[in-house]
Amino acid sequence: MAAVQDAVDIRNVTKRYGSFTALDGVSLGIADNEFFTLLGPSGCGKTTLLRMIAGFEEITQGEIRLFGDPIAGRDPNHRPVNTVFQHYALFPHMTVRDNVAFGLKMKGMDAASRRARAERMLEMVHLSAFADRMPAQLSGGQQQRVALARALAPEPRVLLLDEPLSALDLKLRQAMRVELKQLQEETGITFIFVTHDQEEALTMSDRIAVMSAGQVQQIGTAREIYEAPVNRFVADFIGETNLIEVEVTRVDGDRAEVVLPGGHRLTCPSASRTGGRHALSIRPERMSVVAEAGADMLAVVERVVYLGTDLQLMVRLEGGAEFHVRLQNSARIAVPEPGARIGLRIEDGAARLLAD
Amino acid sequence: MSRGVRHYPGFGWMTVLCLVILYAPLIVVTVYSFNGSTSITTWGGFSLRWYVDVFTGPEAPRFKAAAWNSLTIALIAATVATAIATAAAVAMHRAGGFRGRSLTFALINLPLMVPEIVVAVATLIFFTMVGITTGYMTILIAHITFCIPFAYLPIAARLQGIDEGYEQAARDLYAGRGQAFFLVLLPLMLPGVISGYLLAFIISLDDFIITNFVKGAGMETLPTAIFGSVKQGIKPNIMAISTLMLAVSAVFVTLSYLVNRVGRKSP
Repeated sequence: MAAVQDAVDIRNVTKRYGSFTALDGVSLGIADNEFFTLLGPSGCGKTTLLRMIAGFEEITQGEIRLFGDPIAGRDPNHRPVNTVFQHYALFPHMTVRDNVAFGLKMKGMDAASRRARAERMLEMVHLSAFADRMPAQLSGGQQQRVALARALAPEPRVLLLDEPLSALDLKLRQAMRVELKQLQEETGITFIFVTHDQEEALTMSDRIAVMSAGQVQQIGTAREIYEAPVNRFVADFIGETNLIEVEVTRVDGDRAEVVLPGGHRLTCPSASRTGGRHALSIRPERMSVVAEAGADMLAVVERVVYLGTDLQLMVRLEGGAEFHVRLQNSARIAVPEPGARIGLRIEDGAARLLAD
Repeated sequence: MSRGVRHYPGFGWMTVLCLVILYAPLIVVTVYSFNGSTSITTWGGFSLRWYVDVFTGPEAPRFKAAAWNSLTIALIAATVATAIATAAAVAMHRAGGFRGRSLTFALINLPLMVPEIVVAVATLIFFTMVGITTGYMTILIAHITFCIPFAYLPIAARLQGIDEGYEQAARDLYAGRGQAFFLVLLPLMLPGVISGYLLAFIISLDDFIITNFVKGAGMETLPTAIFGSVKQGIKPNIMAISTLMLAVSAVFVTLSYLVNRVGRKSP
């Protein structure tokens, strides 16, 4: 048993709506002070899980503990968690200040203290000048900040964020990512962040749980899930990758030897313990174009796409598989022409054998 | 490009016909309520004599008593009906699915579809069977009952437009069920509730058929009093009192419209 107690301990939680299973035996532990992200496509069950922690969904099976206490049967107002809703749900009939002070009022704080605290929270999100406005008079980004201030004001032990950035435009979203992470570090509150945007997840999270079809596919740091995905879903969902079917010739602990298209053999880290045919994930930016002699694979260039900072080569491997290579746009590289035969070199650690 | 409704053949005369049929009688009654002559058909110059007559003439005490009954019944009936309709709307749209939800919906709205005369007869029979003496109380009970669906409609319409996220946010921020309702949901529903209240008030003030059945002897509301008076021949004071009622209705309908418009601005 670990000495440090998890902030949220989710044990084998299942949620069914009639015959539809939204969550299927999910278990995960979220540490105190952690920025934890539930990442997955829509319908993967991430929001359901968040709403279960908040108390808006009942648990069909399993248990959720908050700092050791089982919370099933506790009403949302008796849980030390607050939520930043996807569409903020700011009370439209109250001023910004009253919105932020609402939770404090419900907790029975006196008027003077809650006013002072609301002011402090608004200062923290840089909205002191807007305290007397109504929510409808604020921009989307400002409303988002009010929602944050409102949820943080009662000092919850866990803050739940349900895709809070999805309604903002790109620039604002990028700025808010940094701000959210800073806020989490300053307050020391456990953040559980739900998103379908992998970039958001990678930039902010201490750890990420990648979810799909009601199950947790992989839990790890941004680096772990990006560089060591366990299966096709994770490799494909996080970033861009090439998935090619390969024959495994030898498995040795957590490394495996596979046969690449064209016949070369490659030893790479493996999530699989079995032989046979498996998917090999190769990140397109971890490739280099080399002379045919020293290459791992040979390919014909079909198209070169200019992406500003990068160049994307769409090539066809020997054996016919499509493959992408990303090269940094630099004066030092020679850009191959469409139709050219090139050699590809797989950098160390770029390829990973997946479990499926 | 759309040519607009004006370009449909017959638009002009159809519009005029409808307006005349709908509003000519009202205009005639309103204009002739200011008639100086005792005749209801010949114009005898502008005068307020029939308005004075309504308040001081021989029929004044009867009209005053009836107006007082109408007003108090409408106030109480609208208040009780609105409270019940609000509770019903919340149950229908916030309690999730429950057994008999569709049946409940039908039961709430059925009175709008049942012919009023049937309700009137049934209500009278019910009161007689149960043994309640007809009078002020029976009118009040009947009015509360038939006002509920009218109050319910605008309230439910408003409630359906309110995202459940607001109440959830309130609950998430440590509000109990009651606090979430009174501090968040009810204020957001308010335009619908006021609208429902005004509608119920007008429907109650206006009702004749059911009232006439269950009012009992000697008890009058304004509509039954007017009807009683008209049975002995139409006098110009009836036009004056009708115009007054028309004015009250117009004020309420306008209020209801304005409340709804203000409400629609906020989400």
